[in-house]
Amino acid sequence: MSKELIRLRDCVMSYGDEVVLDHINLYINDKEFLTLLGPSGCGKTTTLRMIGGFLSPTAGDVLFDGVRINDVPPHLRTVNTVFQRYALFPHLNVFENVAFGLRIPKKDGDGRKVKISEREIHERVMEMLEVVNLKGFEKRPVSALSGGQQQRVAIARALVNRPKVLLLDEPLGALDMRLRKDMQNELKRIQQEMEITFIYVTHDQEEALAMSDTVVVMDGGRIQQIGTPEDIYNEPKNAFVADFIGESNIIDGIMRADRVVEIFNRKFQCLDKGFGKDEPVDVVIRPEDVDIVDEAAGQLRGAVTSVTFKGVHYDTIVDFYGFKWLIQTTDFCPVDSRIGIKIDPDGIHVMKKSQYSGMFGDYSSYSEEYDELDVVEPEDEDGEERDSQEGGYEE
Amino acid sequence: MKNKRSWFTFPYVIWMALFVVIPILIMMVYAFTVVDPDTNIAYASVGNFTRMGVYLSVFLRSFWLALVATVICLLIGYPVAYWMAKEGPRFQRIAMALVMLPMWINFLLRTYSWMSILENNGLLNQLFRTVGLLDLLGVDHLQMIGTSGAVVLGMVYNYLPFMILPIYSVIVKLDGSLIEAARDLGADSARVFSKVIFPLSLPGILSGVTMVFVPSVSTFAISSLLGGGTQGAMLLGDLIETQFKGGAYNPHLGAAVSMVMMVIVVVCMVVMNHFGEGEEQAVML
Repeated sequence: MSKELIRLRDCVMSYGDEVVLDHINLYINDKEFLTLLGPSGCGKTTTLRMIGGFLSPTAGDVLFDGVRINDVPPHLRTVNTVFQRYALFPHLNVFENVAFGLRIPKKDGDGRKVKISEREIHERVMEMLEVVNLKGFEKRPVSALSGGQQQRVAIARALVNRPKVLLLDEPLGALDMRLRKDMQNELKRIQQEMEITFIYVTHDQEEALAMSDTVVVMDGGRIQQIGTPEDIYNEPKNAFVADFIGESNIIDGIMRADRVVEIFNRKFQCLDKGFGKDEPVDVVIRPEDVDIVDEAAGQLRGAVTSVTFKGVHYDTIVDFYGFKWLIQTTDFCPVDSRIGIKIDPDGIHVMKKSQYSGMFGDYSSYSEEYDELDVVEPEDEDGEERDSQEGGYEE
Repeated sequence: MKNKRSWFTFPYVIWMALFVVIPILIMMVYAFTVVDPDTNIAYASVGNFTRMGVYLSVFLRSFWLALVATVICLLIGYPVAYWMAKEGPRFQRIAMALVMLPMWINFLLRTYSWMSILENNGLLNQLFRTVGLLDLLGVDHLQMIGTSGAVVLGMVYNYLPFMILPIYSVIVKLDGSLIEAARDLGADSARVFSKVIFPLSLPGILSGVTMVFVPSVSTFAISSLLGGGTQGAMLLGDLIETQFKGGAYNPHLGAAVSMVMMVIVVVCMVVMNHFGEGEEQAVML
């Protein structure tokens, strides 16, 4: 990673009393693939639109190459956007859609307007269509393309202008699973080939982990954590991040000493230190980090309450002292059998208590919890908060 | 199933046959026959058409005035429609009601009102007299009624909503993200309009033009009330009317004129729609 390209300094976005972005501080490096990840209404799209120039922050600064660009309109910024619904021009064919930006005379250093020659336009468009694997489609009307192809046109249309930064607003949201995976690889390849900074907005944590150099997890208009995909997954900062990224059991614990945490009145070895003595903490244990052993040999003992076959593994829900854990294991344990578990020290991650403590990480309402797209549980205060935020967001 | 359902369309099919197809056939029969003045017997002939050259000026004037009215409607209507579509929903409802309001008032009443405004002793001339404009010009009155200008004014006034509404409904449905995309790609406001908004509102313009031009070219009420009818600059509507009701009674010629007008209008529309599509394709290429 090289030098810093974009910086958001203390950016606030509010509509009346509704605060959509709450003091966002973020820098983005040149040639970086950065993902803004979070549930809908978390402020990720607002952040993107601020960088694109469609919104101006209520307070704070947007810096590009060290220059404040708060009030620079979108058509004068050297960033381009791939829109959520592609926004291709229906009256133009594939070639003309891609050529749209090139046909607009740009001011050069001396303020003179420079037109790109027809020949160069043709060359650059064709070159770009080749990059996105759409050679031979240039004469087609965009309405005759499939979703994935339209997506590629949208990407080509943005990239052909050689922007310093490409903004992508949930670009794969409308595609089916398989196509999504293909396009993820494709996007990563294009980003590396063209050496352009990508700022990518998504609510899909898998997508974020698979593609990004840096992931920014957002919720409630605030940045919850910034880090590499590995950091975010292995060292979540709070219960929200732990729950949003992957599956996790989040249990109340007490830090008894450095590298010793107590859960369910049992002491466990861990790798975390630097907490106060007897400090209450949130403990994250990933479902795949749990080993199932004989009941007698287990550090914790409980009864299996449900088993779901997932192909590679079984999702096994185990009741430990009234708290339901999700364990992913290749060993089949029948419902109602009693088992023990062992957790290695590096499978335990300790987090400071936060506003999100106690809201996530219990699998007692397993079936709803798993279907992440439509969970808004009644006791989930956060859900309500998100909804009201979305309302303000549209105004 | 298909046959069963087609039964429901029967009333309309009969209606169409009785009141659309058969009348057109009757019109054609009339158009292609003339009456021998001596024997009073009708015989097949294209005489109606060959003699129509006399009325060339009426045709030209009618199409010219309709064209002028259409262009004016477009020039006035497009900005209004655009502005309406860009405002908030509350404003849109009010503006829409104001545009439609005149359409709910009887057409003749509206046109008679214009008469009383434009007459030699009408409201406008009285106003001009009061402010001394007429004395200044040294005339008794300004001739407004009975001029082509009055006819065009009547057309624009009456048909403007038909231009505004289709354009408005196209622009209001325009996907806002297309405009954002254009801006994102470097287009300033002028270019966003000329490269995205205007081309995408062409369908609305086409239907607006059709809905203004066609009634304008065939109107007779406006021209007879505001244009002085047969005494003034005659239009096709007046010409046809006199062939059925006036002293020059000749339904055969009237039918022939109607037919020629219909054909010209249809050709115009086909050409224009084709041009519209061609335009889109031309942009595509």
